[in-house]
Amino acid sequence: MTLDQLEKGRICRVTGFSSGCEDLVIKLREIGFAESDEVELMHRGPLGAQPLCFRLNRTLIALRSDEARAIQVDAQE
Amino acid sequence: MSRLRIALVGAPNSGKSTLFNGLTGGRAKVANYSGVTVETRTGQLQTPGGAGIDLIDLPGIYGLKARSTDERIAIDLLCNGRDGEAPPDGMLVLIDAAHLRTHLHTVLQMRAIGRPMIVVLNMIDLAERDGLKIDVERLQTELGVPVVTSRATRATGRADLLACIDRETAGWQARSAADSTVCTIDTDLSAMQREARGIADKAILFEPVMNRLTRQIDQFVLHPVAGPIILAALLFFMFQAVYSWSGPFMDALEAGAAGLGQLAGQWLPAGWFHDLIVDGIIAGVGSVVVFLPQIVILFLFILALEASGYMARAAVLMDELMLRVGLNGRAFIPLLSSFACAIPGIMSARTIDNERDRLTTIMVAPLMTCSARLPVYTLIIGAFIPPDTVGVFNLQGIVMFGLYLTGVVSAVTVAFILKRTVTKGSNQVLIMELPTYKLPNPRDFLLSLWGHVSAFLKRAGTIILTTSIILWFLASYPASATSLRESYAGMIGSVLEKLLAPIGFNLEIAIALVPGMAAREVAVGALGTVYAIQGGEENVEGLAAALQGAWSLPTALAFLAWYVFAPQCFATLATARRETNSWAWTGFMFAYLMTLAYIAAGATFHIASWVGL
Repeated sequence: MTLDQLEKGRICRVTGFSSGCEDLVIKLREIGFAESDEVELMHRGPLGAQPLCFRLNRTLIALRSDEARAIQVDAQE
Repeated sequence: MSRLRIALVGAPNSGKSTLFNGLTGGRAKVANYSGVTVETRTGQLQTPGGAGIDLIDLPGIYGLKARSTDERIAIDLLCNGRDGEAPPDGMLVLIDAAHLRTHLHTVLQMRAIGRPMIVVLNMIDLAERDGLKIDVERLQTELGVPVVTSRATRATGRADLLACIDRETAGWQARSAADSTVCTIDTDLSAMQREARGIADKAILFEPVMNRLTRQIDQFVLHPVAGPIILAALLFFMFQAVYSWSGPFMDALEAGAAGLGQLAGQWLPAGWFHDLIVDGIIAGVGSVVVFLPQIVILFLFILALEASGYMARAAVLMDELMLRVGLNGRAFIPLLSSFACAIPGIMSARTIDNERDRLTTIMVAPLMTCSARLPVYTLIIGAFIPPDTVGVFNLQGIVMFGLYLTGVVSAVTVAFILKRTVTKGSNQVLIMELPTYKLPNPRDFLLSLWGHVSAFLKRAGTIILTTSIILWFLASYPASATSLRESYAGMIGSVLEKLLAPIGFNLEIAIALVPGMAAREVAVGALGTVYAIQGGEENVEGLAAALQGAWSLPTALAFLAWYVFAPQCFATLATARRETNSWAWTGFMFAYLMTLAYIAAGATFHIASWVGL
């Protein structure tokens, strides 16, 4: 599944990127998203539930659903 | 041998500005959101070993594949040098120890440039307090470059760093001369991340989940319902505080200026010099300096919001709203900065990597009520709006809030229209790191506050002083003039008066608006000078009293409406010109703001007159 589908409080790992936009993948990688990193949805924005705030390892990062959709994850335990 | 030039490189929020200030005693602005360090600063550093080093502070970067303008500036300077200067001899690469795993690939990318470097594992004390355990020696072995730790809280944490600089940099200059070629930035990001994660696995001995305090605070601050309420309350409190806390200080300054004027009036023999000092300089500069307390309080709030880490949260809370208007959550940061001053606001729009969004943000930034409008608003509100209470609120405070709100609503409307016409384009992404909350470093905080305060005082001492003197001369001569209208200033003003009479402005306003084009608060000084000359010796109650006698309420309200829009600031226009690199956009900004100012003032004047105010 993709990161935008993650429910709050569930921890998962990044498995890869899927986007037609190479630029977006580079941006996501530069801020730190990488394969096998641990991700958890922490907060949702006030309007339309956007942006989404994720914990990436120990770092907090805000994305919109469009960006989160480019990240593939594997839900664990 | 020339001085060694070393660049300070690191991700946003890695503590670069704090380290820069600590090492150089310099005055770099510190902030917790991405990329506020939009201009490179150079500071001087003398190591215990006697080496003289020029330290260059670069905008924060996560890697070498930059998108936004300020990141490109940093990378370009790092790799190729700039303005004919060679690239730096070496780098101090900072990484926040608390985010080692996520950001380690940035260090590997910098290593790929192939220049000498030292890795600074910064804020190690805060990471250790979280429970993180890092094997620094292992990290150094794995990276193959020197690694040194640095503490956030104590200067003693920098002794190791300085010793390391002395030890390592000895051969840097010779080396960089040998290979001062353009560096390759063709990096394979995913391979580098894989390598970085591998190193992190070996060097991190224990890694707890996240900073607990940050997680607990965010439960409230980023809550879908409580979050926006907290933000609105904070902003409302900030604007009320600017208005109410400053009162006693402003009264004291006002009394001081009046006393100084009287003292000078008694000591100086009557004559033109007496008039120049009392009516020109003390009345002109004094009426602007009085507003220093308000400006200090406003910057106090904005800097505290930045340095604590709250500002990025505010951007998140505002993102969806801004998106619907056609802007981007990131635009919230430049726009909020513009409440202090549009110049840093326009410059920090560089962090927006979509060119059209950046342009839209720049175009609407001057609509945010900057601190230079405070003197104007305060003067007019104080003179014309009664200090009654409505419910629990002060009527004057409500009018002030209304003026701020008008600016914001106009900005939103203009952005909405622009995004659907001239700056149309694809919607852009939001990818933003939210920093860990921390108490602002008092030294950085004070340095930054002083930077803003001294800029205001410098303006008061230069532009406002000069315009006060020139205006005093123009309004006082020729000596044969018996009224303001017959003076040189009156002759110039009467031309403008015809244009401004339909919107309710009188001759004095027309005269004050001419020097007021240089900077907004100059108009207050100019009014001070004009009315001091007109009032002569009797005018002791100050400018507010003089205005009450001379202006009708509709005129005063029209003047306020004018100031919500009027682009009366050369520095802002010059900055917009530089940042857009386009005379057409700058001209457009000036023209649309002037038009709005004229329409708003006219409408206010006629509606207020019609209602019978």
